[in-house]
Amino acid sequence: MPTLDAKIPEGPIAEKWDNHKFSMKLVSPANKRKFDVIVVGTGLAGASAAASLGELGYNVKAFTFHDSPRRAHSIAAQGGINAAKNYRNDGDSIYRLFYDTVKGGDYRSREANVYRLAQVSVNIIDQCAAQGVPFAREYGGLLANRSFGGAQVSRTFYARGQTGQQLLLGAYQALAAQIKAGSVTLYNRSDVLDVVVKDGEAVGVITRDLLSGEVHAHNAHAVVLATGGYGNVYYLSTNAMACNVTATWRAHRKGALFANPCFSQIHPTCIPASDEFQSKLTLMSESLRNDGRIWVPREIDDRRPAGEIPEAERYYYLEEKYPAFGNLVPRDVASRNAKTVVDEGRGVGPLNNGVYLDFAAAIVRDGVEAVRERYGNLFDMYERITGEDPYRLPMRIYPAIHYTMGGLWVDYNLMTTVPGLYCIGEANFSDHGANRLGASALMQGLADGYFVLPYTIGDFLAPKLGETALPLTDPVFAEALAETTERTRRWTQLKGTRSVEYYHRELGKIVWEYCGMARNQTGLEKALSEIPALRAEFRSNVKVLGSADGVNQQLEKVNRVDDFMEFAELKVRDALHRAESCGGHFREESQTPEGEALRDDKNFAYVAAWGWQGADTEPSLHKEELAFDHVPLSARSYK
Amino acid sequence: MTNNPSDTLNLKLKIWRQEGPNVAGRFLELEAEQIPTDASFLEMLDLVNERLIEDDVEPVTFAHDCREGICGTCGVMINGQAHGPQAATATCQLHMRKFRDGDEIVIEPWRARAFPVLKDLMVDRRAFDRIIEAGGYISAPTGTAQDANEIPVPKEVADTAMDAAACIGCGACVAACPNSAAQLFTAAKLGHLNVLPQGQPERWKRTEAMVETMEDFFGSCTNHGECHEACPKEISLDFIALMNRDYLKSKSKNRSLVSQK
Repeated sequence: MPTLDAKIPEGPIAEKWDNHKFSMKLVSPANKRKFDVIVVGTGLAGASAAASLGELGYNVKAFTFHDSPRRAHSIAAQGGINAAKNYRNDGDSIYRLFYDTVKGGDYRSREANVYRLAQVSVNIIDQCAAQGVPFAREYGGLLANRSFGGAQVSRTFYARGQTGQQLLLGAYQALAAQIKAGSVTLYNRSDVLDVVVKDGEAVGVITRDLLSGEVHAHNAHAVVLATGGYGNVYYLSTNAMACNVTATWRAHRKGALFANPCFSQIHPTCIPASDEFQSKLTLMSESLRNDGRIWVPREIDDRRPAGEIPEAERYYYLEEKYPAFGNLVPRDVASRNAKTVVDEGRGVGPLNNGVYLDFAAAIVRDGVEAVRERYGNLFDMYERITGEDPYRLPMRIYPAIHYTMGGLWVDYNLMTTVPGLYCIGEANFSDHGANRLGASALMQGLADGYFVLPYTIGDFLAPKLGETALPLTDPVFAEALAETTERTRRWTQLKGTRSVEYYHRELGKIVWEYCGMARNQTGLEKALSEIPALRAEFRSNVKVLGSADGVNQQLEKVNRVDDFMEFAELKVRDALHRAESCGGHFREESQTPEGEALRDDKNFAYVAAWGWQGADTEPSLHKEELAFDHVPLSARSYK
Repeated sequence: MTNNPSDTLNLKLKIWRQEGPNVAGRFLELEAEQIPTDASFLEMLDLVNERLIEDDVEPVTFAHDCREGICGTCGVMINGQAHGPQAATATCQLHMRKFRDGDEIVIEPWRARAFPVLKDLMVDRRAFDRIIEAGGYISAPTGTAQDANEIPVPKEVADTAMDAAACIGCGACVAACPNSAAQLFTAAKLGHLNVLPQGQPERWKRTEAMVETMEDFFGSCTNHGECHEACPKEISLDFIALMNRDYLKSKSKNRSLVSQK
């Protein structure tokens, strides 16, 4: 069984990364081309890693199931990217960003990793500006900042409401330059369906060409997974339709430990679902909370339109309960409070499933043009989806699954428990603990891809100089190819009666109901019996028409849902074992008398990393104890 | 005001079906009943597909992903219009409340030689990636950057660059163009990079390489402006003018003088 050695470098926290960079082995410039590296996923983390490794001279093979790297879901991030530049002269520093991130993560992240993240955050902004990312500017031509998601300093850089798009295009363009230069080979419309491991080391991947249906093996000296989070286990989330857990889950089955799968983030400002047919939820940037005021009718079951409810009868519940932070409390706090008022019968909208986010005061204070300048594109998007004009009517919002903090366990070098297998970006677990702060996802994806992995991977590769990647003729590849081919073909021969979509939706209902915004033992135990039953039915009764040779979108999806069916069980098991509330994980049994989350540091200040033991055996639990030497453990209070 | 969640439409659909790039296609005609007005256009197709699967008919293949109008994966011709009738709106953001009960809707893939049909409504847009690879970037290898504030960019310039950079690469511009030209896509990237101070060193080389790669795949621009009308991000035709000017300059013999304006 793998042991959990986080390999945190010695020395004071501010010097760990510098010391480590010096102590790591190097691959000389002339030798880098002798190493093959596979990068799976071309979002912020994957594209930045593949481009940077290509620039260094490695032989990179990059894989995406999209038609183009530019489609990856990083593109949908709206609000911004944090960096400890202190351009505003408002007291920010690397230490403060580090401190805020550890505290905001509710003390379930690794201090050394978070400190490094805060350190390299400043390099990311420099890098992206040099690439031509059109960040917002002040009239003097210097970079603009805003305060974001509960931060008390203005450290967020942004490109209108499309920061993720612009950062991804920057990374994609850097990648395109390397593809042109020949250092990176891009395999588009290639779905990675398995990770190949020999003698405990990662040696390659198995892919399915989504156009021809052909299954291929690829070998390399190291494999990097940058495949995003598992939010779509809930069916309805703000993730793109194709986001999935397959690559990390298959790696888990091959020996990589999966850490903290119960941690998922609910984003407080999404458009409420309107019906059963709904395929996904749409996020409205959290920056809206800077100027919008959140309220519901004070009276229960008050069905009057917003405009007819007088000021005195409006319940600005965040402003009342948390006067210091008001509408800018962190995501988990804002989300849980929305659930509370809706559950109390104060929900608004046709299905009574939302709360108001009202810009009337901001429009009076700053003028409609100023509001349009800040949020115009978001207001337009809201209007297109709901048919309502937010300049006249308050928006309706409700929390939705948005980001997942858990992921493959990695050490300080971002290597999983399988040597040679790295995991970066949202797909790993390390930096956000139990709750991610706003504008930190883009920061972490790019930190890992541009500034961490390119250093740490060399330390692993250097001793392998002279060794070739395991040849594709090795039986381990033939075996993996046969297994994936059989697994894929099987679905088309089932002749079941219900669609893939049906089963995905049913799975989502279970996970949302029992492992969503609030969890308790009874519900989690119920989920733990319902998921295997649903999985068994799915595996014998799912209906996939068409063939495995050629384009077949149902077939693409069925493998993903199959992996979600297994993953969901682990997620619920993790939630059941963690009998404390922390960050995005709220256990009803563990709350303060005021209904706030109650952490249990004595028993749960650790990372729970789970090991696959086979389909019918309970997973093994491995603990990485977390030490908080710099950010003293304290209750997160936003009162 | 808010739609009643139970409002529904009955529609007549004609959907293009095609097995592969080199196979003849045909229209599938069907009645789509009880389509909720709050559904997006793609959710309408989801419902149609669910019903086809029930009837053991292979569902219609269409490209889609984020369903927020930003990834650029989706896009179909709806009654002859790229992304359908609503201005500045990608197919995934178009909602059925824009249609009326009894409407006939013809749904086709992007039609352009450079975008071969892969299956049904899904096309191959890799030619766009070739244009970006030809020069649609600023060479700034990781680690080489100076402090971000050492390159001041006037706000108006940053705003113009952002206007151009908003392109999502969906291909509606090509699909809407009678010549299947890709000027708006190419000009959007050039407009983004060529106006920025960081983009100056490679400006002329970039323009030449991208324009010439574009011409390898796509038709010629004859200034119809349909591309702008179809663009979900409303990219301005001014960027095409800027591209044409830069292209002329890039072809000038004495580049060392040109680069000094």
